[in-house]
Amino acid sequence: MSEFKSRAEASDKNTGVFLRGFLKPVNDHKWLYIFVIPGFLWMVVFCFVPMFALVMAFQNFSPYNGTTMIGAFVESPFVGFSIFKTLFTGPDFLRILKNTLTISIFSLIFYFPAPIILALLLNEIRSYPFKRITQTIVYIPHFISWVIVATLTAQMFNTSDGIILHLLKEVMGRRAPDIMSNPKLFVPMIIGQSMWKETGYGTIIYLAALASVDVQLYEAAVVDGANRFQKLWHITLPGIRGTIIIMFILKLGQVMNTGYEQIFLMQNSMNRSVSDVFDTYIYTRSVVNGNYSLGTAAGLFKSFVGMFMVIASNRFAKRFGESGLY
Amino acid sequence: MPGTRSRTIKRSPFDQVQQVFIYIIVAAFALMTLLPFIYVIAGSFATERELTERSFFLIPRQFSLNAYEYILNAGDVLRGLKNSFIVALVGTCINMFLSTTLAYPLSRTYFKGRNFLMMMVLICLLFPAGMVPMYMLVANGLKLKNSFWALWLPGGINMFNMIIIKNYFQGIPQELEEAARIDGANDLNIFVRIFLPLSKPALASVSLFYAVSHWNAYFNAMMYISDMSKEVVQIALRRIIFLTSMVTMDSGFDWGAFGLPPEKAVKMATTVVATIPMLMLYPFIQKYFTQGVMIGSVKG
Repeated sequence: MSEFKSRAEASDKNTGVFLRGFLKPVNDHKWLYIFVIPGFLWMVVFCFVPMFALVMAFQNFSPYNGTTMIGAFVESPFVGFSIFKTLFTGPDFLRILKNTLTISIFSLIFYFPAPIILALLLNEIRSYPFKRITQTIVYIPHFISWVIVATLTAQMFNTSDGIILHLLKEVMGRRAPDIMSNPKLFVPMIIGQSMWKETGYGTIIYLAALASVDVQLYEAAVVDGANRFQKLWHITLPGIRGTIIIMFILKLGQVMNTGYEQIFLMQNSMNRSVSDVFDTYIYTRSVVNGNYSLGTAAGLFKSFVGMFMVIASNRFAKRFGESGLY
Repeated sequence: MPGTRSRTIKRSPFDQVQQVFIYIIVAAFALMTLLPFIYVIAGSFATERELTERSFFLIPRQFSLNAYEYILNAGDVLRGLKNSFIVALVGTCINMFLSTTLAYPLSRTYFKGRNFLMMMVLICLLFPAGMVPMYMLVANGLKLKNSFWALWLPGGINMFNMIIIKNYFQGIPQELEEAARIDGANDLNIFVRIFLPLSKPALASVSLFYAVSHWNAYFNAMMYISDMSKEVVQIALRRIIFLTSMVTMDSGFDWGAFGLPPEKAVKMATTVVATIPMLMLYPFIQKYFTQGVMIGSVKG
C-alpha cells in the first residue's frame, strides 16, 4: 500500500514538472484556448495562406496549370523578376503611377488638413447644443456607401438639371462644366467627394487630442494677453502635433492606395486617361483578364512603396523629436 | 470645451466677430453635408414633371409616392434590401463572434501564447496579401463564388476593430474578475457574465462598424456575386441608376407616356431606401462610437 502511494507521488512529481511548463496554464485556462481557435484558424486561412500565393508574382501563373489549386502553384514555372520587368516597362505603368500619385498628393494637400481645420473650428464653439448638432450631421456621410456618394454626385451635378449646376447657371449666368466626364475635373471631384464624406468623421480623433490639451495653458496665455491666433499657434497646434504626425504617417503609407470602390464607381470611358490607378489596374489585369501574376506583382510593388513610406516618414518624425508611430 | 468656458477676461468686440464667423463656417459645412440628402429625399417624393420643370427645390409642391410604389412593385430593390439585410446581420454576428473570442484571450496577461498571437495579429495588420491572392483563395481555392460566404469570410476579423475590443477588455478592473473567480466562475462564465455585459459601448460601436461595412460593400459583391437572386442592394442601386440613365439618354424615352415610373424620382427613392437602414441604426449607437473610436486610437 505504502509502496503504491509513494509511486503515485513520484509520478505526480514527474508530470508536475511537465504540467507546470505547458499543460498547467492550458488546463487552468482551457476556455481561453478554446476561444482562440476560431480566430487563429481565420488568421491562418485568410491572412497567412494568401501570403504564400504572393509567389505568383515570380511565376507564369495560371490556375489551369494543375488539377488542384495547390497543383497550379507547383506546376506554374518560375520566371524570376520578369513579371516585374513587364510591369515596369509596360505602356500603362507610368500613366498609372502618375495618376495614383496625383490623386494621393492632392489628397494630402486638401483632404488631410480638412478634419484638422474643422476640429479646430468646432473646438472654438462655445454653444454646446450647436456643437452637438453640427457634429451629429457631419458624421453622417461616413456611414454612406460609395455607391450612394456616386449617385448623389451624379444627381447634384447632372448637366441638365442638377441642383448645383443649376445654381451656378443662375448665379454666374453661364453653362457649368460637366464634372462627371471632364478629365480635368476628375481629381478635384474625387478629392471633393472624399472631403464631403470623411471630413466630419475625421475630426473625432483630433477633438480627442484637443480635449487633452492642458486648460491652464490657455488661462496663462489669456493673462499674458494672447489673442485667439497666438493661442492657436503656441498652445493648440503644438498640443495636437503628435496626433497630426501619426495620422500623416498613416496617410503616407496609403499613397499607393486610392481605394477600389470610389475610383471604380467614378470611372467612365471619358475620364479613363486620368482615372486609371493601381487599384483599378490590378483588378482589370487579374480578376477581369486573368493575368494573376501581373496583378500580384503590381500589388506587391504597391505594398513595398507603402511600407517604405511608413518607415521613412517614421524615421523622419523621430529625427525631429516626435514619438512617431513605433 | 472647458478651456473656453472658464475664461474670465471679458471678450473684445473683435473676438466676438471672429466667433460669429466660426459659427457661420461650421454651419455652412454642416449644411453642405446635409443638402444632398434633403435634395434627394425631396426629389423622391416629387412628380416627374416638377423634377424636370423646377430643378431647384427642397420641398416638392405636388407630393407623390409613385416612385416608392414602383420600387415596391419592381421587386429588385426589395430583393436587394433583403439580401443586404441577411448579409449584414449574419456577417456582423460572424465578425463579432470571431473578434470577441480572439480579443478576450489577447487581453488577459496570464494567457500563455499571448505574445505569439499578438505577433500574428500585427502581421495580418501590416502585411495584407492584397486583392489578387485573396480573390484566388476565395474564388478558386475555396470555390465560394455566388455564395454569401464570400462576403462573410474574407473580412471575418477587422484587426482594428478587434484591437478596440481588446483594449476595452483590458480597461475593465481586474478585481471584478478576481471576485468572480473566488465565487467559482471559470473563464467562460467570466467572459460571458462580466466582460461582455460591461463592454457594451465597445461592442455596440464595433458592431456598427461591421454592419456598416457589410451594408455598404460594393466591390466584393461585384467580384464574387453574379447570381441575380443574390444581388445586394448596393449592386441593385448601381444597376438601376446606370440602366435608367442609359435608356433615357439613348432614345429620349418618354417614361410618363408609357405609364412607366418617373425616372429621376425612382433613382432618388432608391437612393433613400438604400440609405435608410444605416441612418436608422445611427442615432442608437452614435453615443457609443465616438468613445469606441477614441479607445481604439488612444491606446491602439
